[in-house]
Amino acid sequence: MNLADGVQIVSFGVLALMMLGAALGVVLLENIVYSAFLLGGVFISIAGLYILLNAGFVAAAQVLIYVGAVNVLILFGIMLVNKRQNFVPLRNAWVGKTTTALVCLGLFALLGAMVLSTPWAISTAPVAGDTSTVVIGLHFFSDFLLPFELASVLLLMALIGAIVLARREFLPDALEREQTQQPVLTLPERPRELASATPSSPDRTLGTSSTKRNV
Amino acid sequence: MTLQYFLILAAALFCIGIYGLVTSRNAIRVLMSIELLLNAVNINLMAFSNYLDPSGIKGQVFTVFVITIAAAEAAVGLAIVLSIYRNRDTVDMEQFNLLKW
Repeated sequence: MNLADGVQIVSFGVLALMMLGAALGVVLLENIVYSAFLLGGVFISIAGLYILLNAGFVAAAQVLIYVGAVNVLILFGIMLVNKRQNFVPLRNAWVGKTTTALVCLGLFALLGAMVLSTPWAISTAPVAGDTSTVVIGLHFFSDFLLPFELASVLLLMALIGAIVLARREFLPDALEREQTQQPVLTLPERPRELASATPSSPDRTLGTSSTKRNV
Repeated sequence: MTLQYFLILAAALFCIGIYGLVTSRNAIRVLMSIELLLNAVNINLMAFSNYLDPSGIKGQVFTVFVITIAAAEAAVGLAIVLSIYRNRDTVDMEQFNLLKW
């Protein structure tokens, strides 16, 4: 079942170096496209670590969901928010960064001390290994049935919520030109409220036709 | 190969994620840092599942749940970033002060 110990340690070292280097690149690089691709490297390294931990099914799920879905989604997000802008430099930005780095190092030292000083109850039961998929399926449909169903409901809610949040509502050009005095508290990209405020029919037909053309 | 190696590695990844979460100014990089945090937690769960509970692998079940929630979170987070970008015309975290006062 297990690989030899030397091979395991060498693979762990290589995967850990890849993961930490790529994670530092994600956080520290200036170009965000490089960050997104390095994030894929982090996910693949973590999938390798899962294989070292005798969990092939979760490693496959990690590659499929994270590299295949989440990373591609983030790349599409970068593409849609493609604005080459230089952020306005803040005064005393280094104070915040230095403080954060110190806090993170302190947290790492605390966690490391806790991990090394705790007497872990290492179990010697037989490893599930290749039968882990069957065991996970049994857990899903016996004692984790309610969280499983709740997760499906939450996925549906996230799907509908993402569509509602990201749906674009176009502002027709003709409507924008003739609406000279715009109400102060109205967002400029909501044509429905403007149409309801001025219920004359030509505006509405013009708006819907140009909306169709834009879609 | 012991449990402590994996836990310390996960702690390092968690600290890198927190640093990125606090210091980055691009909203999409904040989302990527949140993914790093969730993956650090996943490594912890998988290590506990392999070394402390190797026959009834409940840690792997929790990891699958966390992966599901992370996918939903990424979708909704990117939709929120797109919506804010359309309203404010920027992705700078320092200029998102709609709820500040």
